[in-house]
Amino acid sequence: MRIPCPLCGPRDRREFYYYGADDYLRRPEEGAPPEAWDAYLHLRDNPAGVTRDLWHHEMGCSAWLVVTRNTVTHEVISVRLASEKEAAK
Amino acid sequence: MRLQGKGLIDRTKPLAFRFDGTQYTGFAGDTLASALLANGVRLVGRSFKYHRPRGILTAGSEEPNALVEVLEAGGQQTPNTRATVQELYEGLAARSQNRFPSLKRDLLAVNDLMSPFFGAGFYYKTFMWPRAFWETIYEPAIRRAAGLGKLSGKHDEALYEKAFAFCDVLVIGSGPAGLMAALTAARAGAEVILAEEDSRMGGRLLSDAGEIDGQEGLAWASGVLAELRGLPNVRLMTRTTVTGAYDGGTLSALERVSHHLADPAGRPRECFWRIVAGRAVLAAGALERPIAFEDNDRPGIMLASAVRSYVNRWGVAPGRKVTIFANNDTARQTADVLVAAGVQVAAVIDSRADAPTTGDYRLYRGATIVGTQGRHGLEWISVRDANGERRVETDCLAVSGGWNPTVHLTCHMNGRPVWNPEIAAFVPAENAVPGLIPCGAAAGVFSTAGCLADGQRAALAALDALGRKAPTLALPKAEDGTYAIHPLWAVEGARRAWLDFANDVTVKDVKLAAQENFSSVEHMKRYTTQGMAPDQGKNSNVGALAVLADATGRAIPETGTTTFRPPFVPTSIAAMGAGGRAAGFAPQRFTTSHAASVERGAPMIEAGLWYRPSYFPRPGETNWRESCDREVQFVRERVGVCDVSTLGKIDIQGADAGRFLDLVYTNTFSTLKPGRVRYGLMLREDGHVMDDGTTACLGENHYLMTTTTAAAGLVMRHLEFVHQALHPDWDVRFISVTEQWAQFAVAGPRSRDLLNSILDEKLKPEDWPFMACGPVRVGGVAGRLFRISFSGEHAYEVAVPARYGAALFRDLVARAETMGGGAYGMEALNVLRIEKGLITHAEIHGRTTAFDIGAEKMISAKKDCIGKAAAARPGMIGPDRDQLVGLRPLSPGKAIGAGAHLFKQGEAAKRENDQGYVTSVCWSPTLDSHLGLAFLRNGRARHGETIRLVDHMRKTDVLCEVCDPVFLDPTGGRARG
Amino acid sequence: MRYSGLKVITEGLFGNKGWRPAWRNPEPKAEYDAIIIGGGGHGLSTAYYLARNHGMRNIAVLEKGYLGGGNVGRNTTIVRANYFLPGNSEFYSHSLKLWEGLEAELNYNVMHSQRGLINLFHSDGQRDAFARRGNSMVNQGDDAILLDRDGVRELLPYLDFEQTRFPIYGGLLHPRGGTARHDAVAWGYARGADRRGVDLIQNCEVTGIDIENGRVTGVQTTRGAIRARKVGILVAGRSGQVAAMAGMRLPIESHVLQAFVTEGLKPVIDHVISFGMGHFYISQSDKGGLVFGGDIDFYASYASRGNLPMVEHVMEAGMTLMPMIGRAKVLRSWGGIMDMTPDGSPIIDKTDIDGLFIDCGWNYGGFKAVPASGWCMAHLMATGESHAVARRFRLNRFLTGHLLDEEGTGSQHNLH
Ligand SMILES: Cc1cc2nc3c(=O)[nH]c(=O)nc-3n(C[C@H](O)[C@H](O)[C@H](O)COP(=O)(O)OP(=O)(O)OC[C@H]3O[C@@H](n4cnc5c(N)ncnc54)[C@H](O)[C@@H]3O)c2cc1C
Ligand SMILES: [Zn+2]
Repeated sequence: MRIPCPLCGPRDRREFYYYGADDYLRRPEEGAPPEAWDAYLHLRDNPAGVTRDLWHHEMGCSAWLVVTRNTVTHEVISVRLASEKEAAK
Repeated sequence: MRLQGKGLIDRTKPLAFRFDGTQYTGFAGDTLASALLANGVRLVGRSFKYHRPRGILTAGSEEPNALVEVLEAGGQQTPNTRATVQELYEGLAARSQNRFPSLKRDLLAVNDLMSPFFGAGFYYKTFMWPRAFWETIYEPAIRRAAGLGKLSGKHDEALYEKAFAFCDVLVIGSGPAGLMAALTAARAGAEVILAEEDSRMGGRLLSDAGEIDGQEGLAWASGVLAELRGLPNVRLMTRTTVTGAYDGGTLSALERVSHHLADPAGRPRECFWRIVAGRAVLAAGALERPIAFEDNDRPGIMLASAVRSYVNRWGVAPGRKVTIFANNDTARQTADVLVAAGVQVAAVIDSRADAPTTGDYRLYRGATIVGTQGRHGLEWISVRDANGERRVETDCLAVSGGWNPTVHLTCHMNGRPVWNPEIAAFVPAENAVPGLIPCGAAAGVFSTAGCLADGQRAALAALDALGRKAPTLALPKAEDGTYAIHPLWAVEGARRAWLDFANDVTVKDVKLAAQENFSSVEHMKRYTTQGMAPDQGKNSNVGALAVLADATGRAIPETGTTTFRPPFVPTSIAAMGAGGRAAGFAPQRFTTSHAASVERGAPMIEAGLWYRPSYFPRPGETNWRESCDREVQFVRERVGVCDVSTLGKIDIQGADAGRFLDLVYTNTFSTLKPGRVRYGLMLREDGHVMDDGTTACLGENHYLMTTTTAAAGLVMRHLEFVHQALHPDWDVRFISVTEQWAQFAVAGPRSRDLLNSILDEKLKPEDWPFMACGPVRVGGVAGRLFRISFSGEHAYEVAVPARYGAALFRDLVARAETMGGGAYGMEALNVLRIEKGLITHAEIHGRTTAFDIGAEKMISAKKDCIGKAAAARPGMIGPDRDQLVGLRPLSPGKAIGAGAHLFKQGEAAKRENDQGYVTSVCWSPTLDSHLGLAFLRNGRARHGETIRLVDHMRKTDVLCEVCDPVFLDPTGGRARG
Repeated sequence: MRYSGLKVITEGLFGNKGWRPAWRNPEPKAEYDAIIIGGGGHGLSTAYYLARNHGMRNIAVLEKGYLGGGNVGRNTTIVRANYFLPGNSEFYSHSLKLWEGLEAELNYNVMHSQRGLINLFHSDGQRDAFARRGNSMVNQGDDAILLDRDGVRELLPYLDFEQTRFPIYGGLLHPRGGTARHDAVAWGYARGADRRGVDLIQNCEVTGIDIENGRVTGVQTTRGAIRARKVGILVAGRSGQVAAMAGMRLPIESHVLQAFVTEGLKPVIDHVISFGMGHFYISQSDKGGLVFGGDIDFYASYASRGNLPMVEHVMEAGMTLMPMIGRAKVLRSWGGIMDMTPDGSPIIDKTDIDGLFIDCGWNYGGFKAVPASGWCMAHLMATGESHAVARRFRLNRFLTGHLLDEEGTGSQHNLH
């Protein structure tokens, strides 16, 4: 498996640390109800198909990446830096 | 028997070898199988379950029968080696396997007589009574009988390597299709790797005669190879099997680097390749398949293509009187080869009623074989046709049930091959593995001309996908015959007719599976074990499927297939695990004081990937405790030195650094002034303690965070996440400086005196209160000093650039020794911190909260922090939680063990009564008592209570008093003073 | 039909003509009292115990593929009761006791082999953590012995005690731990359930869950709609998808776990060995193959196949620990879809929808749980109450913070 890091180019999977679904990007505000935190920390769509998840180029440039990927075929569709805010949804 | 004038062997180089202790001779270029056949050896192995005598079925890596142990000097051996792949070398020694006491007389051959009771899945129905007999009697007997070859039991000391390779086009297989593909891609300037499993390039051209471009096929191949060899963009790899197709164009391959050498002379045995290819062309050919008929497994019964290989490539006649049984045109081709080589063809049995009749041999059309005889090798066969049954004497039977394209790699990403009724075989599904293009026989194209054209097509497709322009080469002329086959999987009425030779799965077994409703193909496979033998179902999958389809009244495509999974050929653990042997498994990290510690006799122990000194023995000390007690004492009374460089150090800078620290720590750091250090607690977002440590403010917007040794990487990653993912607009940057600084704790009442003796400027006490930090110069070197303490004593940590670490450590220790102190190790460090109730990862083991360790007040109410919300969940706080306490045995000399559980006095030691557990223990020379840290249910409310500690593991049962975890100097006066 | 040694012999003498189907292939009925979604280990055992313990007969198991084709037929077959957190301890202890009577119960040889499981440790800290675990096991009534280095050497002389990267300090021996034949467990429960009247319906994928006024009324399948007032979801790696049919989001991420088997070898490894430091474990099957594996691949996946980095890591771990297996050749690798919960422990609970129950989140350890999970899920579905040994496996424990994190790596998805 290879991930094209926007900064370093395509690299072997073993250079990256995996963190899970990109839900983790949307941290609730302080004081949000427990259900919001439960959803943030635990509940997942867990799709069989296209998903977006977070990878850290730990053995490379240290960038956190948002990878759009297919969980059934392992196809990597696109990659962006987590620090670049996603287009408003 | 050798055939004169035939074969690609080098008759000028005879090689002596041994099989089962008998000495034989072969030639350079032989495989063990060809050499055995040349010496008239037909019986080579025993089958898995029935211990049936077995010979050589194939001439390739798919061999199910001729598996042997290859022996090495020193007692090492390689079990389950395919005699058909093992190249001969001078002195090769091999032994048959899975037989006792000898290959000829194998006692377990009685299993064959018991076969009516040993059908598919019989073991699920018996051996259940009495229950206790399973582990003691039945299972050991089954295990001994099962298995094939033997491991030596010795460490595998041979060399193995791993490598990466990158190319534009990987061509797998070097037959006509592969050569044509490689040539096309190479001429277009692409980086090409041509990988071939065999020791020689050429594929079927090595075995089957035929013209290409007006010359012998092999001569054409040599020409192509010569050209490829001359090109700088081409890498030719023989003895290299592509074993797996993975994501992102990554393929794995196994190179047998020195299996063929008597003396590897420093070369590795094998190299495991990870090849990243822009495109891959699968030109791996096809595998011939057997036909199931009664007793079709005797030594002497071979695949027709293998017979031709032995004749043409190795110059060996596999028998004196050969018969042929086929359902396709291979029958005639094989007969012609034999006749041309001067080998007698006793009969050709063609199952097709309309088989062509040319040829100077006895032909039975529309005939089948209904039985065979010969205990250790084939003697005769029974042929049945419209005219009845007759016996034909023969010592070698060449069988062809048609060809299966080598689709295996195309299945590695869950692709299912599709049935092509024209060739009665599965062919690769379209785009089954992204970027892998099947061609030639692997794609079901069975003529030489077709393969050449298809190889070129595949290469052009690959080049096009890579955006390269390529000239179309003129295709060489070659045979373009048709392949006519009439499916025949199992001869009617056949029962003990083998489908899976190695695992002893017969037609009868598959039918029994269907009868018992194991009728999905996966159920059949699992119930009968078909396809799970060393040949991975290569010889049996399609046949077994066809028999199942027939038994369940379904068509083959409707019945489905099982999947092939990596590796394509069995691949050694050593090759895939190359580099992992001994210390190679994980990096080793050494501190700058390592050599000095080793010189002082300190046992170095693992701390994560680091090595740290356990203790520093002195002459006369007989065990670690004596050394440890001494080290603790001198820290408490004088001064000790300890290397603490392994703690993570993260340099943090930026206008938002303070704000950032406030978010990742539970407590506030933005108020920390330059020159000051603060202890911080860090939570995971799930509310549990992740790590703790001190962070120093070195200047405005400049901090140095320390982490525990264990969590250094975790914390770094976490900080990057919080910054990049949650607050990318904050101005803050980090870099790990763990390796850049050597840092030593100098602890004890005389620590300042020791430091003053080495610092360029003496420390003014008023400038250096507890938790101060700042720059210092040590022998002219710019360093840093922190007044922090992990021992509870007046203490400092002094840091210098790593290149000065070794010298500084030696200097500090030498000076400390003159002051009655010295170096102290992990054991003393642990005692010192337990006496002070300070926690490590023994306490913050991932399940503890700030509340549990009594630090909930450190979670600032004034601001948000990572983990704050989750830490407030009801299950994370309250009297049901186990809380940190100290334990002192009622009789101070009674040892307690970490891991012991706590019970109320007088209650039985069972789960229902469990009150907690002990995390850390020590003997405290300072307090003359054993001490423990523990987590106790609602423990903070229970100081003073007597509690029972039960340690079943070490067989102790001790009463302790529950107390505050800070045993020594609870007000912290010593550290401040 | 009862299986026995005698039966095998008499059948053998008469051409094995008398063996009858292990289970029927019934057509789905329009309505059942209870529907079990998923014909894996947990689904089949739930159906079995619903019939056996609670007298229910009118039950269907709906399986989208073939029975036992999921993880129950892909795992590395380790059966153990060496958990230490209250909540887990009693559950796995109960499961192991059921295992010990399973052959007799099912009249099917599942080859449960209590060959002993050894967890190695490599530092004083790890020893203490294993002592805590061992003590928990004994407190629970199970067995555990703390071995020192020599104790391990006696049992496993072939380990590399001299050069391995993480020196072996000792091991925790769980004598009653071992393995079982995975397929046989699925088939044994399937046959047992079928004999008690349960309809096992294969090639029947559930595509929707019918809910009216907050109550489940049935399911939609590829073989038509089927009504039922009680529906249990036991689909392991597919839990997220099936729960979504009822509008639920679960605390689950599906990951791939790979495993490996070598060619058959004469007996060399007599125990189950777990090398936590290297994420490696191994045993030898009765057929002679070394069966081993390591950690998940670490990325969400439904592909049932993995990639090389973990393959190589596992092999490297094997080579540092026991280089004598170097010459063994891997025959096959495969992957399963693991239903990973944040804290690594399972869920057996009701849902907010009346009559809809869920049993999931088995991570990489649900094979050994098959008997007790079925037992407890059947109890829950029949009585509406959690069974005593499964009462902590709550769906909402992440919301409330009552976690069951054996590994201590955290109750967030990324942290396993
Ligand atoms: C490589 C590997 C090694 C493992 N090793 C061990 C081990 O050593 N010890 C251990 O205890 N555990 C182990 N496990 C874990 C264990 O196998 C699983 O936790 C357990 O089998 C899961 O429960 P199950 O048997 O019910 O799952 P499965 O067998 O996966 O059953 C779920 C079933 O649901 C079906 N299904 C899914 N969706 C639908 C639908 N919509 N409609 C109908 N049916 C559906 C699936 O087809 C499947 O048959 C391992 C797992 C793997 C992959
Ligand atoms: Zn990068």
